Amino acid sequence: MKYKILDHTADVMFEVYGKTLNELFKNAATAIFDTMVKRSTIKIKIKKEIELESSNVEQLLFDFIEELIYIKDAEYLIFKDFKIKIKDNKLTAILEGDKINPKKQILLTDVKAITLHKFSLKKSKQGYKAVIIPDL
Amino acid sequence: MAAFDTKEGVISPGGIGFDINCGMRLVTTNLTFKDVKPKLIKLVDTLFRTVPAGVGSRGFVKVDKKQFIEIMESGVKWCVDNNYGWKDDLKKCEGHGVIDWADHSQVSEKAISRGLNQLGTLGSGNHYLEIQLVKASNIFDEKTAKVFGIHTPDQIVVMVHCGSRGFGHQIASDYLKVFDQSMKKYNIQVNDRELSCAPFSSEEGQKYYKAMACAANMAFANRQVILHRIREGFEKIFNKKAEEMEMNLIYDVAHNIAKVEKHKIDGKIKELVVHRKGSTRAFPPNHDELPSSYKKIGQPVIIGGSMETGSYLLVGTEKAMQETFGTTAHGSGRTMSRTQAKKQVRGEQLQKDMQKRGIYVKAVSMPGLAEEAGLAYKDINEVVDSLDKAGISKPVCSFKPIGNIKG
Repeated sequence: MKYKILDHTADVMFEVYGKTLNELFKNAATAIFDTMVKRSTIKIKIKKEIELESSNVEQLLFDFIEELIYIKDAEYLIFKDFKIKIKDNKLTAILEGDKINPKKQILLTDVKAITLHKFSLKKSKQGYKAVIIPDL
Repeated sequence: MAAFDTKEGVISPGGIGFDINCGMRLVTTNLTFKDVKPKLIKLVDTLFRTVPAGVGSRGFVKVDKKQFIEIMESGVKWCVDNNYGWKDDLKKCEGHGVIDWADHSQVSEKAISRGLNQLGTLGSGNHYLEIQLVKASNIFDEKTAKVFGIHTPDQIVVMVHCGSRGFGHQIASDYLKVFDQSMKKYNIQVNDRELSCAPFSSEEGQKYYKAMACAANMAFANRQVILHRIREGFEKIFNKKAEEMEMNLIYDVAHNIAKVEKHKIDGKIKELVVHRKGSTRAFPPNHDELPSSYKKIGQPVIIGGSMETGSYLLVGTEKAMQETFGTTAHGSGRTMSRTQAKKQVRGEQLQKDMQKRGIYVKAVSMPGLAEEAGLAYKDINEVVDSLDKAGISKPVCSFKPIGNIKG
């Protein structure tokens, strides 16, 4: 399982899983974009590379999600797939998607921010687990 | 809401809300249900086109960075100066639609590039533009309603609920990180990192207070240019001037904001930084902040219900000033998660059912519509009744939705 949606009255709460950090970050990005768009309706036409560095890997996850939300609004891009490499609190990601176009894609609910409420990234028996509550 | 001493207390972005100056705007018309009903579909379809909503929507007001800086420092005034409003609109906004301690140098480039193209957009989630009807039986205080321009049975009003869009969210996100780090320095511990804060008088606290004001001004301006679009839409459909249709702003009020105010505590006047998150200012009659025409009746309070049940107009009271730092509720509030609502309701079916009940709704996203179904919200009548019983605001009238635009 990539992620699970847990009940949360005002917004939505994700429990995200990954055998590796690369996989967890990819699944977290998937959860965020599944909220905003039916990802199967995106045709990959644009590939954007980003690099981020943070003080620790939990902060890196927070910064990564925040960057995705920022790119969505500032560059009008929406993503279907994510190629991620993490090493020593540094992330390199190739984000694959297209310009936002309501005529081409089925758009859902906007994600406006990531919150620190219950936010966590921990090692688990299967690998890694994160809790993310975005602001909708 | 929370109020802190300006000298010893804190300011918290999470305690203000990410959508800085999310708020409500209510506009009258002199049209009645009989006038609007035959043209309702055309009207809603027009506004759906001219007031963009949903993920990645761009506004109709094209501004460059210099103009955007002017907007974040002058709010509704910029709109009126640039022909997106009437002079009287300024008087009918909380604080004249501008916060004068805004300082653009405290706002990140990231926030600016997120907000630059969003002026004139509704957003998504629980934001909406609604055409509403005032039934004679739903006017509880006729005299006050008349002062607000609500005088005819079956009169039509327009309500808008939205905020500072990505701009405000980015400012909140930027400072949440700053405060999360600076809490160690100030030896502050919180149970929930989302409520990270800094002393109000600290450098971090003051920077955020100035940046927050920029987002608040952008939100006031956003609702103002949306009002301009609404007036244009009505003019096109009804072939009359907006002035002739008496499309006057009743009030624009914030429900995610912090402001320094003077309040009486233990008999002494104190300066406090009052946080209102999901709560509305409700100042009593004769308060300095009220426009002259509302001096005798108190500040208008606009409370949104779900899109199926309707909304309320109330006024602030002296009791709110004494007991809740001049504050009341802001809406009905969810009682069911978005996920649960989508399990119980399908957007397409809900749209059809609402149309049968006389509410024409246009939504960018059908699952998004299902998330906002009436059953996911508390009963607005009960919420308002409790405010009335507590005495912190007094109901004037309620509105029934007939047309709705959702993100």
